[in-house]
Amino acid sequence: MSNVIKVGMAELNTVGPPDTIRTSGLGSCVGLVLYDEIRLVAGMAHVMLPSSSLCRQARPNPAKYADTAIPALLKCLEEDGARMFSLKAKLAGGAQMFSFSTGNDMMRIGPRNVEAIKEKLNQLRIPIIAEDVGGSSGRTIEFDPQSKKLHIRTVNQGTKEI
Amino acid sequence: MDFLQRLKPYHLDVLKEIGNIGAGHAATALSQLLNKTIEMSVPAVRIVSFQELPEQVGGAETEVAAIFLRIEGEAPGSLFFISKIEDIEKIVRQLTGITSFQLQSPPYHEVGISAFQEIGNILAGSYLSSFSDFTKLILQPSVPGFSVDMAGAILSYGLIELSQVGDSAIVIDTQIKELDGDEEQMKGHFFLLPDPDSFEVIFSVLGVGEHE
Repeated sequence: MSNVIKVGMAELNTVGPPDTIRTSGLGSCVGLVLYDEIRLVAGMAHVMLPSSSLCRQARPNPAKYADTAIPALLKCLEEDGARMFSLKAKLAGGAQMFSFSTGNDMMRIGPRNVEAIKEKLNQLRIPIIAEDVGGSSGRTIEFDPQSKKLHIRTVNQGTKEI
Repeated sequence: MDFLQRLKPYHLDVLKEIGNIGAGHAATALSQLLNKTIEMSVPAVRIVSFQELPEQVGGAETEVAAIFLRIEGEAPGSLFFISKIEDIEKIVRQLTGITSFQLQSPPYHEVGISAFQEIGNILAGSYLSSFSDFTKLILQPSVPGFSVDMAGAILSYGLIELSQVGDSAIVIDTQIKELDGDEEQMKGHFFLLPDPDSFEVIFSVLGVGEHE
């Protein structure tokens, strides 16, 4: 029996076969998957904001921000036996659900989340194997650590695997 | 959010009253527009985690039709009107007479969409103007945006500001529904999500400061 591990908004978790890992209703948030293809361990983070410098909280939740979610996810993955040098990344989300003519920067949060994640991955030299970002549709994503496929479902653009 | 711990029952009552007045005016406007009886629920003010918020409309993956607008001015925040896709289709058909109007898959009928946006304008505008009258705060609505998509993806937009200070939101939730005899024709939720700094402003203009 395989289970689906659910990752909620601003949460992260790890998974190994035969289980899969899933997050629902990504809008401007980005779902980031890091996986070790040999050891078959994967982790997923549901990132809401680009930078922890936006935080005004006494005890911040690291999974919420791009710059802190990646180190936190790496730590969990290492505990599960993943090796840093063989990690690869796939990501999806970062849509712009509503378009407003007013130049509120917060409305551009999707693209900013994607940029921040890419920058951090680049710093850590983790290659991005596939991505499905931007657009104006919500996404539900599910990663299978066995096949290393990220399944993406949208309301109007159908489903795909990357 | 640290201030959540300091909230007293009378603070929540004030927020409920905003939901009551706002949705009351919106329900009246919709009732006049459709020439139908619209009922509204007693407003609920809930402190919910980000995970729980989409649950209120059926879960993060539930497909909904939504109108969203940002409130700008002295007490910024986000306002949503969320409804089932079929319910919005029904209203738009009634209003425009376009019987083929659908929101299941694009392209959508342009006139229908513009009617949908206008409904959003009217509902949100009447909600907001009564909120503004009640509090004497200067509030400007942005042009409403609409989306037909997953509830989680839509609602997360209202959480961006709040997510910088915590992992939960205060949501002022009021339901309206159209009744035809005893039969329920449509229903929708208003979600008002004030930005974190707006609470103090609202409480202080209404004379229920945090330290009383």
